Amino acid sequence: MSKTIIEKIITDHTSDNVAPGKIIWLDIDVRSARDFGGANVVKNLEEHYPKESKIADPEKTFFTFDCVVPANNLGYAENQQIVRMFARKYLQRKNLYDVDAGIGSHVMIEKGIAIPNSTVVGTDSHLNILGAIGAFGQGMGDQDIAFTFKTGKTWFEVPESTKITITGKPARNSYAKDITLGVLEQIGSKGALGKSIEFYGITVESLNLSGRITLASMVTEMGGIIGLIVPNDEVINYCRERSNKEFKVHNADSDCEYSEKFTFDFSELEPRIALHPSPSNVKPVSEVAGVKIDSVVIASCTNGRYEDFEVVAKILKGKKVHRDVMMKIVPATQEVYGQLLENGLIKIFYESGAIISNPGCGGCASGQIGMTGEGEIQISTGNRNFAGKQGKGHTYLASPATAAASAIKGEIFVPEIV
Amino acid sequence: MTKPTVIKGKIIIIKDNEGSGIDDIDTDMIFHNKHLHITKIEEMGKYAFGNLPDWEKFPEIASKGDILVVGKNFGAGSSRQQAVDCFTSLGISLIIGESFGAIYKRNAINSGMLLMTAPNIMNESIKTGDSLKVNLKTGEIINLITNELLATAEPLSNVQIDIYQAGNLFAYGSRIIKS
Repeated sequence: MSKTIIEKIITDHTSDNVAPGKIIWLDIDVRSARDFGGANVVKNLEEHYPKESKIADPEKTFFTFDCVVPANNLGYAENQQIVRMFARKYLQRKNLYDVDAGIGSHVMIEKGIAIPNSTVVGTDSHLNILGAIGAFGQGMGDQDIAFTFKTGKTWFEVPESTKITITGKPARNSYAKDITLGVLEQIGSKGALGKSIEFYGITVESLNLSGRITLASMVTEMGGIIGLIVPNDEVINYCRERSNKEFKVHNADSDCEYSEKFTFDFSELEPRIALHPSPSNVKPVSEVAGVKIDSVVIASCTNGRYEDFEVVAKILKGKKVHRDVMMKIVPATQEVYGQLLENGLIKIFYESGAIISNPGCGGCASGQIGMTGEGEIQISTGNRNFAGKQGKGHTYLASPATAAASAIKGEIFVPEIV
Repeated sequence: MTKPTVIKGKIIIIKDNEGSGIDDIDTDMIFHNKHLHITKIEEMGKYAFGNLPDWEKFPEIASKGDILVVGKNFGAGSSRQQAVDCFTSLGISLIIGESFGAIYKRNAINSGMLLMTAPNIMNESIKTGDSLKVNLKTGEIINLITNELLATAEPLSNVQIDIYQAGNLFAYGSRIIKS
């Protein structure tokens, strides 16, 4: 029978019959928890399995701290310490990515822990970002994750699939984030509810790994389970080099069944921005140009890669951030931080007046680099702008280019071509 | 000990005054948030449907072993486990619904509560007090009054049977790792 990509990945990880709507036992290659939820995972394991083994396979089990790093409140500090002590007891040191490491999902790609066709679970609702390399990542609750630590498997209802094809060359000042917001503008916050999205078309295929991560990272905001992009040579070589492993790369069968198909022509798509209070409240940047802003954040699992900061550096080089704007820069991982340092980008950011933070989730988990006050308007390169998520202010979501150009102007500004 | 895979029981059908099934019963109607501080399962039963109009007396009419029959999108809303556990508390053996909220379904399966999906069960000629015989593995629902096949539900998956037999997800975890 012909299969979609998600059905093929699941088939490789179960002995049950796989079809949309079926509940199956799924073998999990990578089991993880972060500082958010991690302490509850530990609590569940200790409560339910007090006198027996708690970890099916320590090699495949990880903790990744990224939400509030280092902890800036007692609750997080205590939870991180609970997890740290548990990890020291049951795992090898290398399987604990502590507060210095950066965003867990990105670390897993960089370290070759997640590879194409692998199954990965954790307590991060954006773990489905791994669809960017053709892996199945999924965020789950602390009980489900504790069970997975213990047994190496979880159960899952096989989702139906939605096919999204994107063609056309966007305007030269538009980037992967603008394409992503463009899709959200078209399908809305429930457009892929409960579905596995497969992305196709020349516009998607020509995205590099960083751009693919941006697109896959906002499938959660479309209501989707995961957004899968078939790995190209760049992604395959990267993952092979990082993991030293061989892996299957699945394509969907040509006659497989999709519950829905969308085709979008994004020729000359102009830069997009998502206004308060939802990621699908998308407008062309030009429509809101001129709105005064107070802060800018370049960060997150959506836009915290080196390539994102490269664009920002090109725009900021030799210029100053507007005196009424706080500009915050948070690399996704320690590796990205190192690249920024080595290639002189930190110097450019420093000279422009930006604040540079250690790696982590940045503003999304409301804490690492401060929050917004009532009345504050913030442009973020992140993926969520729900009321109260990052403070009492309003957050707008945009590309690194739009965010950087606006930081200089002190108001929302359509980026020039760089 | 193996638990039965054929369930017999008296049914309670959740309908409104006009005799139609009630869709979209959310977790606040099932177990209101003012009782969320309760953590002992034994104490949860008396609040079941406490916020569902005309069904506030449900805990008094429900008996151990009863089968609950509900409409579409049952258990929509929050992730509270109490909305499942309050029925466990009353001894409800099985919930047959036209469809379930996704989180509710996950919570029910993890706690070993039996759920079955039968898309048109509300249209069948059954009433509260009738008795049914339900085969979990084939999905066959037989009306014990007439001895006729009433409907065929989606059979339970291996996952549901495994967790149900063990008691709950964590008990299942112990069982498979030891064996």
